[in-house]
Amino acid sequence: MAIAKTLGIETEYGIVHRGTDEPNPITASSLLINAFLATEGYRPDTRSDVIAWDFIDEHPDMDARGFSPMGAMAPEVETQLVNAVLRNGARYYVDHAHPEMSTPECADPLSVVRYDRAGELIVQRSMMAANELLPSGQELVLYKNNSDGKGNSYGTHENYLVSRDTPFGEIVRHCTAHFITRQIFTGAGKVGAELPGQRTDEVHYQLTQRADFFEEEVGLETTLKRPIINTRDEPHADARKYRRLHVIVGDANPSQVATFLKVGTTALVLALVEDGAIPTDFVFKAPVTSLRHVSHDLSLSEALPLADGTTVTALNVQWELFDLARKHEDDGGFETLGGEWVPEVLRRWESVLAGLERDPMALADQLDWVAKYRLLDGYRERHGLSWSDARVRAMDIQYSDMRPDRGLAWRVGLEQLVSDDDAAASISVPPNDTRAYFRGRCVRDFPDAVVAANWDSIVFDVGGDALRRVPMMEPMRGTEAHVGTLFDESDSAAELLRRLGN
Amino acid sequence: MAEREQVPKPASDRESESTEAPAASERGAELKAELDDLLDEIDEVLETNAEDFVKSYIQKGGQ
Repeated sequence: MAIAKTLGIETEYGIVHRGTDEPNPITASSLLINAFLATEGYRPDTRSDVIAWDFIDEHPDMDARGFSPMGAMAPEVETQLVNAVLRNGARYYVDHAHPEMSTPECADPLSVVRYDRAGELIVQRSMMAANELLPSGQELVLYKNNSDGKGNSYGTHENYLVSRDTPFGEIVRHCTAHFITRQIFTGAGKVGAELPGQRTDEVHYQLTQRADFFEEEVGLETTLKRPIINTRDEPHADARKYRRLHVIVGDANPSQVATFLKVGTTALVLALVEDGAIPTDFVFKAPVTSLRHVSHDLSLSEALPLADGTTVTALNVQWELFDLARKHEDDGGFETLGGEWVPEVLRRWESVLAGLERDPMALADQLDWVAKYRLLDGYRERHGLSWSDARVRAMDIQYSDMRPDRGLAWRVGLEQLVSDDDAAASISVPPNDTRAYFRGRCVRDFPDAVVAANWDSIVFDVGGDALRRVPMMEPMRGTEAHVGTLFDESDSAAELLRRLGN
Repeated sequence: MAEREQVPKPASDRESESTEAPAASERGAELKAELDDLLDEIDEVLETNAEDFVKSYIQKGGQ
């Protein structure tokens, strides 16, 4: 049976330190985050004082298939860099020479959009705070993209809570088909291609930032030989009951509609898999090749070969998955997901698929790849430029510039699902319907008593000999309904722990 | 399992179900006008030396 979908997104931002001859992205990222923490009144940023991330339960090398293939590169956890827990329950840290923002756990796709936008606003505040500290003429600029156009990629990962009862092989089968074909609405667009051996002028423009960087169908890696299905088995929750599907194949989306659909449709496909409600089996003959071909095919009409000898288009697969989801909704099948968000995902999913079929360019206010394409193509035609012209390539990068007055994505008229006032309020307030509420309130109300935190526990020092760890193995507990009154009535962390019976 | 239906309904069937077409083309015209306005003013915000900017935008690989 499908379980309620705890959801979240991790975004590694591109970072540029302008005005210096020796930029160091790790130092710049640390400065960026520390400047934000200082401005927002977080505890001082000395290593021993900041509320640190607790790595004790992190196991990125655990493989969902139950084994680790020989020679597979297990991701390393970097523990020495800035790593903060925010009042909204998010994690803000330096990872692989990039600043990274993980949203708090969210209970529905619109909440993910809200906290993803809050993350963007945090990044903007961070840039302003850092630039006040830098010498005149220097500036940090962040980019919400996934490629530098020179073969270097950095990720935007999605996370979905899935029932442990669901065989992993079922997830692999159906999600592979979804990930190959959802690119038609999740892509953030990119000028050229970055495939080794492929001439850039063969692909003027493609749907996604990321498709060029995937080489395997299934695997544990995230930085080399990236797989369409990542097998990291690290639920950050009760491992007997839950999996966390860690999706590494998506793009960073400035478009809120794209983010909403990316997360919403994937959550529904996973619920269908959990319920055994996908009778149609789209087994691709060459998944990695098809992933790239869909990304490179602006006509959205390429026939993709299946293992049984037939072919499908990306739209065919998406319509089929949509129809199954619609039917499941009509049959009451999504009731176990909770919340009221399913009809809105279905409505927008159908509308976008119909739009892509009829006239993709009319979706310029909804999808990143369309908005970027129209802008760049319009500029190109007006000035008689080729796709490989530096001015066009610069606009591709500048689309994702996080400065409000410079970033082109903020000027192209993308529909906003969450207002900036709403998102700004979520910079310091956690979602009220997941365990992020407990984490965020602890950081906000009792910062001096919280020694460390991670996704599934918080460590307190309330005096006495021992530190006290509060486990949070249930992502949907610790909500405002569960513990809001406890916080309101507790004057200290010690009292909170006493009342929690810890 | 019901009979396997590998290829869903063709596009033409879908279009007849849809009632959004006129609204969408109006929206298309609006978007076109907005794009023209944006293109008129965009030079002010674009990177001044595109060639150098693109060349210097180098990131370390991440996840």
